[in-house]
Amino acid sequence: MIPWRLIIFCLGFWFLGLGFAHAAESHLLPSSADIWRVVSLQDYNTRIVFIGTALFGAVGGMVGTFLLLRKRSLMSDTISHATLPGIGIAFIVGELFLGYGKSLPWLMFGAAVTGLAGMGMVLAIRKLSKIKDDAALAIVLSVFFGFGIALVTMVQQMPTGNAAGLEGFIYGKAASMTVSDGWLIFSAALVAGLVCYFFYKEFKVLCFDASFAASQGWPVLLLDVALLVLITVVTVIGLQAVGLLLVVAMMIIPPAAARFWTERLDRTLLIAMGIGFISGLLGVFISALYPRLPAGAIIVLVAAALFFLSMVLGGARGMWFRYHEHHELSRRVRRQHLLRSIYEWLEVHGKRTDLLDDEFTLDDIRQYRTWTPGELEGGLQRALQHGFLGEDHPGRYHLTGKGARDALRVVRNHRLWELFLIQYADIAPGRVDRDADAVEHILEPDILQELEELLEDEDTRKRIPLSPHRLNGAVHGGAA
Amino acid sequence: MSSSDTTDHPLTIRDLNVAYRRKVVLWDATADFPAGKLAAIVGPNGAGKSTLIKAAMDLIPSVSGSVSFWGKTYQNMRHRVAYVPQRESVDWDFPVNAREVVAMGLYRKVGWFRPVRKAQREQAQAALERVGLGDFGDRQISQLSGGQQQRVFLARALVQQADLYLMDEPFASVDAATEQAIVQVLHDLKEQGKSVVCVHHDLDTIRDFFDHALLLNMRVVAQGDIDTVMTRENLAIAYGGKHHLLDRVAREIREEELQR
Repeated sequence: MIPWRLIIFCLGFWFLGLGFAHAAESHLLPSSADIWRVVSLQDYNTRIVFIGTALFGAVGGMVGTFLLLRKRSLMSDTISHATLPGIGIAFIVGELFLGYGKSLPWLMFGAAVTGLAGMGMVLAIRKLSKIKDDAALAIVLSVFFGFGIALVTMVQQMPTGNAAGLEGFIYGKAASMTVSDGWLIFSAALVAGLVCYFFYKEFKVLCFDASFAASQGWPVLLLDVALLVLITVVTVIGLQAVGLLLVVAMMIIPPAAARFWTERLDRTLLIAMGIGFISGLLGVFISALYPRLPAGAIIVLVAAALFFLSMVLGGARGMWFRYHEHHELSRRVRRQHLLRSIYEWLEVHGKRTDLLDDEFTLDDIRQYRTWTPGELEGGLQRALQHGFLGEDHPGRYHLTGKGARDALRVVRNHRLWELFLIQYADIAPGRVDRDADAVEHILEPDILQELEELLEDEDTRKRIPLSPHRLNGAVHGGAA
Repeated sequence: MSSSDTTDHPLTIRDLNVAYRRKVVLWDATADFPAGKLAAIVGPNGAGKSTLIKAAMDLIPSVSGSVSFWGKTYQNMRHRVAYVPQRESVDWDFPVNAREVVAMGLYRKVGWFRPVRKAQREQAQAALERVGLGDFGDRQISQLSGGQQQRVFLARALVQQADLYLMDEPFASVDAATEQAIVQVLHDLKEQGKSVVCVHHDLDTIRDFFDHALLLNMRVVAQGDIDTVMTRENLAIAYGGKHHLLDRVAREIREEELQR
């Protein structure tokens, strides 16, 4: 077995390395001293940015998993755009009346308020009017964002407004994170984590089957609102790290990538958190080496790269996995076809009593069924390599002990399965998705016994040609 | 039948009206489902069959009328009612396996914030075995056939050990093995004295599966014992022109043949 996955991985890294080497020669890359400074977290400030952004990535992936499964992905985009007017209003009110417009918790509070207002408006439009979901989301998103832009422009004309840097929330400004910002992110992440932990089962049934949940008496609307409030909280702490335009990416890309790796919800959550965490970490790392690159955009690009990696290599439903699974299956089916054809040919034309002594040629088998070009030749070569067949004289083949055993099993299972399909035509379609090769694991013992009796029965033999049950000794020469 | 005391009737509906926006889908529906019966709700497409049971459970709002379960409101009696929604109502490409879906029927008993434990997983496994899916507990649900998915929903209702089962088209496009499994479950439920109300639209099989029926076409056409309900006249009223026309054509052909 060639470890293709590993080889592709290595090739990818090799190309990356080539790229870096080339960039280093042309002085595009930072010096090794720079890299060491960033990796070893020598700047206290860099440490905060690392931790804060990675934490946001992890909780973004976590709450995003539920949002994705609830099919409300775009809701987070609308909420994040709706935070902008809140930031503007909070700054203006703070400057005019409270004297501390630039305090981050205060701005975040404002962001959360209008974010929730935007969410409420989407829910209200959906409930009260005939406007469809996507239109409601688009309307609220653009109206709130437009209002926000107007407010931010107004702020810039205020005497203290120029220094406020409110536009930083649009594109993100991870590098300006302070210790208190870090603590804010940490506490919000902790709360979000606890809520998801305790509401795990409730969110699960809500996302899978909301009307069943309602019939059971779960407060579906309340749970939906709780989920969206959680989304708002995580959005608000993400404003600084990646900016409101890109928050949605960090909620949706990690869980969408995680789905390629697993078919279980708990693992989807963990993998999404991991992908978000790594994206945040790696994104900040890269943007710390290139101070001119915006951290938010890099973080999202890293997440996107991980998404594509998952899409191709994911162990549960990635493209590679699917291709491989299909390839394996068709190879096994082709080998079974070959063995069965050989056996059935020997049954009719075999001269001697022992299966192992009879020889056959390529052309004997070729007549037996329809082969795609090259299928028979390739299959024969593979069977030789794997020791199912032997070739004493050139062009004349015989079954080995291993091949005969396998052929016998394949033919028997195939015939039992055919009989089952005929005898139990009514219930059989419900089971055909099971592997026909494992007939005795699928059928109940009494059905199996009945089928085996049928297989030996004379009448049935006319419908299903020949029944083998001994390797040594006479093979039934039924066709004679 | 129309006794004023309905506390022993699992489901009683009085003058229920349901409207989507301006379109009325149920007019003054009045129905009694007696205890211990396998009851079918039948009628043509768009007759309001699913609407009736959803409105009974407050899943969709009703305009007027009253619904009672054993003489009480649904909120009070919810723990004795199990619901089997239509298979198409959910996205089966969801990251859970069959046993986890069945265990969802026990979430209410588990209660807020508590995780599902081994005892519940075992109950879920037992319910899967009752519908013939004992080997499929670990399967991701999108890898099940349509009929198997329907049986998973049935198992999720069974695990609740309710006294009344409301089922929305469980027989819709299922394979024969699933049909047999559902019929077996219905028999078992009847033997245990449970009540079943089941939306059904296959007129051919209705007499084999059920013993009570409600014939519906936006209003109640007839209800009661299956043989008194499923008459030619009632069906003609419920299904309207089409059946009527077919009948007349058939009669005319027969008369022509007699005259010859």
